[in-house]
Amino acid sequence: MATIIVDNKSYTVDERQNLLAACLGHGLNVPYFCWHPAMGSVGACRQCAVKQFKDDRDQSGRLVMSCMTPATNGTRISIDDPEAKAFRASVIEWLMVNHPHDCPVCDEGGECHLQDMTVMTGHVYRRYRFPKRTHRNQSLGPFIRHEMNRCIQCYRCIRFYRDYAGGRDLNVFGSHDALYFGREQDGTLENEFSGNLVEVCPTGVFTDKTFFHHYTRKWDLQSAQSICPHCSLGCNTTVSERYGIVRRIANRFNSQVNGYFLCDRGRFGYEYVNSDKRIKRALVRPERDRAKPAKPEGVPQVLEMAGDRLRHARGIIGIGSPRASLEANVALRSLVGPQRFFQGVDEQEHQLISTILSILRTGPVPSASIRDAEQSDAVFVLGADLLNDASRLALALLQSIRQQPMERVDELKIPRWDEAAVRNAVQDRRGPLFIAGYQHTWFHEYATDTYFAAPDDIARLGFAVAGTIGQGAPSVPDLTGEVRELAQRIGDALTHAERPLIIAGTGSGSQATIEAAANVAWALHHQGKQPRLSFVLPECNSAGLALLGGGSLNGAFESIRRGQADTVIVLENDLYRRADQAKVDAFLDTAQTVIVIDSLEHPTAAHADVLLPAATYSESDGTLVNQEGRAQRFYQVFVPDGDVTESWRWLRDLARAKSQEVDGLTGVATWGNLDDAVSATAAAAPELARIGEVAPSARFRVVGQKVPRQSDRCSGRTSLISHLTVHEPPPPVDPDSPLGFTMEGYRGPLPSPLISQFWAPGWNSIQAVNKYQDEVGGPLRDEMPGVRLIEPVGTKAPHWFTAMPRAFQPSSREWLLLPLPAVFGGEELSNQSPAIAERISPPFLSLHPSDGARLNLEDHITIDLALQGTTYRLAVHLESSTPVGTAGISLVPELSGMRAPAWVDLFEAIQTERTRRVA
Amino acid sequence: MERPLTQHIHPDGTTRTLREYVKEGGYRCLERLAAGLAPKDVQRLVTEAGLRGRGGGGFRTGTKWSFVPMGPDAPKPKYIVANGDEMEPGTFKDRVLMEGDPHGLVEGMILAGYAIDAEIGYIFLRGEYHLSAQRLNQAIAEAYAEGYLGKPLPGTGFRFDLHLHASAGRYICGEETALINALEGKRAVPRAKPPFPQTVGLWGQPTIVQNVETLYNLPHIINHGADWYHRLSRTQDGGTKIYGISGRVTNPGWWELPLGITARELLERHARGMADGVRFRGLLPGGISTAFMTEEHLDLPMDFSSIPPEIGRLGTGTMIILDDQTCPVGFVLNLEKFFARESCGWCTPCREGLPWVAKLLTSFEAGRATSDDLSLLEMHAKWLAPGHTFCGLAPGAMAPLQSALKYFHDDFERHITSGGCPWSRKSAQRRILV
Repeated sequence: MATIIVDNKSYTVDERQNLLAACLGHGLNVPYFCWHPAMGSVGACRQCAVKQFKDDRDQSGRLVMSCMTPATNGTRISIDDPEAKAFRASVIEWLMVNHPHDCPVCDEGGECHLQDMTVMTGHVYRRYRFPKRTHRNQSLGPFIRHEMNRCIQCYRCIRFYRDYAGGRDLNVFGSHDALYFGREQDGTLENEFSGNLVEVCPTGVFTDKTFFHHYTRKWDLQSAQSICPHCSLGCNTTVSERYGIVRRIANRFNSQVNGYFLCDRGRFGYEYVNSDKRIKRALVRPERDRAKPAKPEGVPQVLEMAGDRLRHARGIIGIGSPRASLEANVALRSLVGPQRFFQGVDEQEHQLISTILSILRTGPVPSASIRDAEQSDAVFVLGADLLNDASRLALALLQSIRQQPMERVDELKIPRWDEAAVRNAVQDRRGPLFIAGYQHTWFHEYATDTYFAAPDDIARLGFAVAGTIGQGAPSVPDLTGEVRELAQRIGDALTHAERPLIIAGTGSGSQATIEAAANVAWALHHQGKQPRLSFVLPECNSAGLALLGGGSLNGAFESIRRGQADTVIVLENDLYRRADQAKVDAFLDTAQTVIVIDSLEHPTAAHADVLLPAATYSESDGTLVNQEGRAQRFYQVFVPDGDVTESWRWLRDLARAKSQEVDGLTGVATWGNLDDAVSATAAAAPELARIGEVAPSARFRVVGQKVPRQSDRCSGRTSLISHLTVHEPPPPVDPDSPLGFTMEGYRGPLPSPLISQFWAPGWNSIQAVNKYQDEVGGPLRDEMPGVRLIEPVGTKAPHWFTAMPRAFQPSSREWLLLPLPAVFGGEELSNQSPAIAERISPPFLSLHPSDGARLNLEDHITIDLALQGTTYRLAVHLESSTPVGTAGISLVPELSGMRAPAWVDLFEAIQTERTRRVA
Repeated sequence: MERPLTQHIHPDGTTRTLREYVKEGGYRCLERLAAGLAPKDVQRLVTEAGLRGRGGGGFRTGTKWSFVPMGPDAPKPKYIVANGDEMEPGTFKDRVLMEGDPHGLVEGMILAGYAIDAEIGYIFLRGEYHLSAQRLNQAIAEAYAEGYLGKPLPGTGFRFDLHLHASAGRYICGEETALINALEGKRAVPRAKPPFPQTVGLWGQPTIVQNVETLYNLPHIINHGADWYHRLSRTQDGGTKIYGISGRVTNPGWWELPLGITARELLERHARGMADGVRFRGLLPGGISTAFMTEEHLDLPMDFSSIPPEIGRLGTGTMIILDDQTCPVGFVLNLEKFFARESCGWCTPCREGLPWVAKLLTSFEAGRATSDDLSLLEMHAKWLAPGHTFCGLAPGAMAPLQSALKYFHDDFERHITSGGCPWSRKSAQRRILV
């Protein structure tokens, strides 16, 4: 630690920081633009100038850029120095030379960092009297709006997009005062993290296009803390709403999970909440005839009817959901009983996740947070397509490959925050990242080595790597020389690292890759390394559901088929995404009564005898467990209209309707608010015991007050319904959380799960996160980053996995159909958001060119694929990265019912235009 | 008077051939290397000779080299880069050398590479110097054929490769770190220092960027020694300098003269005074990023040590003369337009400040300026100072402006009071239009 003197006051700071970060960390206001806590300093904007003095006798001093000056011990600076202040005001004056004064109509207005910094420096009077330069704006696709005239040339956008996120299609063109930040020509921004430009840009050049489509002023938004439901990583978000419409998603800083950045699926996938396909009314089918449509009915009548059916049922089973909250699943489990509660995932997924849980529970290697992944110094990915399946993790790995080259940076005594110098010193040097998979993405270009093979071969490579690391891990006997050498290289790289990370996932459906990953990690552990494991799971609460326990969907099908039950309650689950259509049809047809609780229309909901409209993430509270095993709470943003309510409340009401008694209620029927649900969840499984520690309970108050969801400046509340009445109605009551649907309440330091919007006086943009951290870029003050539910207990590896698959053998007639996850299109909820839908690629079948030749298929022709009882029209992609003998199938909505992996006779299944004509 | 750099350059503009070059003593110092002159000896000789960078900065070459990590543990490869991006308006000294005597640069590069143990060299050449490029390419090819390049030098084991790179053309490429970025294929934006190129330079490796004229001095220092080199000069720094004069003088041109000659001697003896009918008002001593000097400064020795910093600096030593028939405001406007256009756009004060200055000066010339504009010009001259901006371009741009505001303040005032440029014949007419 070092002591620096700022305006004659001493501060203790970390000498590895620069002066700007040190000052901000102590709550001192120094304006800045080009510096970013996650992207370091480049010294471009010159906004953070302060006066530095040689010693206490130096009266004149000199201006330095605080972001480019290390906070060495004894540094003496002044922020308030008149010359420094005047210079900073001049920098704003220069930036304003060409900045349009369009704040009143600018989407950034109200949370514009440029506005904040302008006010902070005190620049008020325009002296430039010449014409401004103007630019033509570009159309950048469905996510981002472009307004180049507002640009202040801080270079943050391309530094994020290119240097941090690996994007290629955004750049800076031109020079002097005619710089252009955009694409070479109009077109959709390709990078999966483009949405972060909205927050990275200090002004309104890059703004959220989805927000623009239903724009409302920022300070009129009602916001709450949420957890992204669109993949298994559990990124923290802030969801904002007005007039019952969810308006946008913003990043919510969590030092252990998403840090400052989200992926585009997470940021722009929210619009399913506003979808026309939302189920808004409770529906019942009065007749038992499924051919007749279900009709809307009053909630009491629906519940009465449902209760009647439940009372007369010969056994009720419940099908839970990996995309529903823990509390909702526990409610269902309580209603039907643990023996009749099924997880609502297919047998294969059930098996894979059980294996993963057992590896994390019994093995000595802990799971990795995204933060851990960023810090890891060697990475081996086995089979998981991170860019498409867990994008934010891929972004973390793009940072992890900078870890090893940092040794050189340290040797050269370049401070790590000195970003430009670091990049100049590092150049193209990258730390080890090995990717084994079967779908090529641009992310592979950052890999030290790649290996494209069928899952069995990927697993064999993994086992072989574990074998080369040794420590008792079994080796693979019959490898080709090439793979043996690759395994040796990977093994060497991992053993030379200190914090290696091994990643696998459920995406390929391969048990063996998961087991191989465990062997590698365990071998490294025995070698004295500190390895971490990361398993990508299918959905946002896959881990939580697995912790809760329960059989797979097959069990549910069996119990109906055998007549052990005749009534089924389906919780937030479209079974047609999880099993063959024929099977699900049979299951639903056999069941006497099907009760579905969900938020969006889907084929399963169409079969419901009783359909109950469930609240989405933005309309309910609950707990999710991410792939790391971290439990996190999401909060209701607004009170939905219609009959929509939380799934757990529907289940409680069903339980009450079923029992028909007023006294003597048990289980879920007794739940009053979310606290009851959380307590019941904590008791539902030993590993869930700490669920209550995830966030403060509904009773939490600060000086007797709740925490407002609306901003201090929320305007016009009294006039919202003035055309109906001039009396202001009381705000809705929130019995479930310490938050209120109002603008009144406590504003001040809060436990981090309760911070919905980062705001501080003078800091209206998301840059205000600085004000919530003791050390800029570090954890939030009193951060509660969620509770990790699974930590390693033993230090000894359990028995090594030895079930090594045989080398993959292509078959003469059949191809192994492999699922290809898609960042846009591969997830059920976000698919319903128009902006995401625009980015979904048409369905395709990917084949190795030699297989294409065997099948007599040309690249990019359209085929019909008859599979599992359905015919799909899709394009053929011939890719040399697709392993011979396999066929990749993109998991876009059109193909969501397809089951993979599976062996398929493509000669029979494929019909081309030609064969169709012949027929 | 000895002129080691230029004595053999053909007055007719043709180039010196390899045969001539070798016959007249070229590449002879390589034999001295073979005879046991170690890299550290070369460094010591250059340090003792007091060679200072001829690109305008005047940084001591020996000192610059001393920062390069040496020895077996030093990072490899290391690079030596010749800065031939001679884009300073009014400056053409490197061109004279490269066109007239291309092998001198090749030999200088080999020596500099040897001194810092850099096995790869690049000549970063101004894009418009087609003739230089042609002649250098030929010289490099000849040097390869003769084994000066691409093969271990006899008796040393040192092997040097040299490449010519023609710039895509930006003034900022003359700034050594922007030059490095350009050479790497990146935007020609300067880099923050530290780290200096000596440790983290081209492709992250130790690199020395050296002006062309500086490199031409090296063979002579090695051949004749430090004492001889000091005797060439009239001042404490060693060697000769190529001086030049452009503007309305009787005999504009360039001359290799002892370092430390006075401006008056240059102007009156070598340029033979002002042209008929015009009088001297001031001069920019070396390129347009140096401050004006006036009559009172003419007796200052033109070297790197004798000009007080509050007056200015030598720069490249190729002067531009301002006469009394030329409007100093228009003169400065022309410079500032150039600077505004050549700003790389990286830092705010330079990118936004310089175009503003150019627009203000334009309004002076157009008769639309007010006294507020004068204070705006002064504001920029004050703020666009070293350390405030990312590199030296904007402070350099302010040197002529600030000194013009000092020496020709009345002329700026006259533009305001008379509603136009007193030098312009059209000014009366323009006033009516306004």
